[in-house]
Amino acid sequence: MATYETPLNPTLEPDQEPTRRDVILIAASGFAAIGAAAALWPLLDQMNPDQSMLSLATTEVDISHVEAGQAITVMWRGKPIFIRHRTDQEIGKAKDVKLDDLVDPLARNANLPDDAPATDDNRAAKDREPWLVMIGICTHLGCIPKGQAVGDYKGQFGGWFCPCHGSQYDTAGRIRLGPAPQNLAIPPYSFASDTKIKIG
Amino acid sequence: MAHPSTYQPGSGFERWLDARLPVVRVMHDQFVVFPTPRNLNYWWTFGGILTFMLAVQIATGVVLAMHYVPTPEGAFDSVERIMRDVNWGWFLRYTHAVGASMFFLAVYIHTVRGLYYGSYKAPREVVWILGVLILLLMIATAFMGYSLVWGQMSFWAVTVITNLFSSLDAVIPGLGTKLVEWIWGGFSVGGPTLNRLYSLHYLFPFVIAGVVLLHIWALHIPGNNNPTGIDVKSAKDTVPFHPYYTIKDGFALVAFIVLFAAIVFYAPNLLGHPDNYVPANPLQTPPHIVPEWYFLPFYAILRAIPNKLLGVAALMTSISILFFVPWLDTSKVRSTSYRPIYKWFFWAFVLTCIALGYLGSQQPEGWYLIFGRVCTIYYFAFFLVVMPVTGLIERPRALPGSITESVLGPEESGEIEETKNTKETKATPPPAARKRKREEVL
Repeated sequence: MATYETPLNPTLEPDQEPTRRDVILIAASGFAAIGAAAALWPLLDQMNPDQSMLSLATTEVDISHVEAGQAITVMWRGKPIFIRHRTDQEIGKAKDVKLDDLVDPLARNANLPDDAPATDDNRAAKDREPWLVMIGICTHLGCIPKGQAVGDYKGQFGGWFCPCHGSQYDTAGRIRLGPAPQNLAIPPYSFASDTKIKIG
Repeated sequence: MAHPSTYQPGSGFERWLDARLPVVRVMHDQFVVFPTPRNLNYWWTFGGILTFMLAVQIATGVVLAMHYVPTPEGAFDSVERIMRDVNWGWFLRYTHAVGASMFFLAVYIHTVRGLYYGSYKAPREVVWILGVLILLLMIATAFMGYSLVWGQMSFWAVTVITNLFSSLDAVIPGLGTKLVEWIWGGFSVGGPTLNRLYSLHYLFPFVIAGVVLLHIWALHIPGNNNPTGIDVKSAKDTVPFHPYYTIKDGFALVAFIVLFAAIVFYAPNLLGHPDNYVPANPLQTPPHIVPEWYFLPFYAILRAIPNKLLGVAALMTSISILFFVPWLDTSKVRSTSYRPIYKWFFWAFVLTCIALGYLGSQQPEGWYLIFGRVCTIYYFAFFLVVMPVTGLIERPRALPGSITESVLGPEESGEIEETKNTKETKATPPPAARKRKREEVL
């Protein structure tokens, strides 16, 4: 009887050179894994904001009726936008704050570079100092801070106070006290005219 | 599995089926004759109660889903329609809502029982890990179910909890925001969010049911732990599951259902928050957001820490640390009843959890915040310091010679004589085959 040079099941032999079968096994399972991963992507990506969400990108707001000391809240992309017409006293208070005293030294203003410092100028509307336009969502866990209505408690810095976990914001919407890590975010916006703001 | 099968097919059909799918055999071996320690107390009845609660939640949930509308416009109104117009809708919904609370009451008792009697220790680590996994799935399911009501508390609970993930922005800028928008399917909590929470709330209970099967399977390999924490040594230490524990579990279940029904029929909103009867308003946060009572201890831990990322990390760790308990506890003795030092720390831990629950319901200010921090520190110290250290320094009390001895006491001379003989001289060994099987098990 002739003796067989190759054993019947080559994969059981550890010292054997890779055989054709090994190559086929690795290639086939490799491709199966890639295919499975590719098929998984639509299942995950379907959860991201869809086209109809993305198309709700801009909102125009008439601010002609907002007197100094008043504030309005409008919706943009399902989020509340705080538009505050600040008094001179509130502006002064915000300007007096030293940058070193801030929890978050960045302006968080989508209209400025990411590293812009959180000065009052960088927080307020460009060349329209009384106007402050912000996303009214606490940067801690997403509650809506109090301070828009006249009778609201505005916290010890006179800006906004989040009732959920006690974060306090100053009159430029900067975080001063409490667990929130960032200043209230400023959305991309511009003044379409003296009395109209285009958000987004 | 753990013991030789004693199933005898009674009829021709049973013989036919047994050769093809031995499901009757499995039921007989695992739930009728299954050898169970003879000394299990009523704290052991909560496993059965939990199985019942899962069935109640699935049954009521499936029928509620026939009337519920998962849209921001329709959700709240459809819940009210269930309450007022749907036949028996009030009963089904209150049973489902109160049922969630009763489910958590039972699962917390079940978990504390496992902790007290060392049921997580070898060889039951996998039983314990699967149990923690079930707890995590229950937390996710309950959270998603609560959101579906789409009242003020629902909406803001979803907002706060999904925003926990935005803390990842502190690790990789943008990652957290991207993740949260992926969860929301938008730029805020809205219709897409509600719809997916509904889909997953329907799915998860069936996943839980699957893990429960694995949990029971893993339990039936070593068999039950017991109040002494010592191993089963002879057949005398056990009784068949049926009728002894079917009756005991059944009695406890009836008592539990009395409490359940009392709440459903006489105080159905006792454990809920009145703000959840206000429709969701994305422009107004309620003055005081609190989760349902069963999440309060974790909420207190979240708020005890002034840093967002660390607070979220502590919240996640407070639950996932349970996975590591089998290896954090260094004691060779299972039952806390025989651990004179650890016992005090253990009850202090239970009190801490209750205190955290109370603190979680209060505003995080002043003394509440300080106590919240003290309790949070003890919560983690219990696992990370007390468990490893007491096991090494403590001298446990003498363990009884056997489960039978712990039940009948040394004064039962006949019993004790026999037990001693079995143990020391092996003069009257139990039937050889049975004993060999036991040793394999143990």
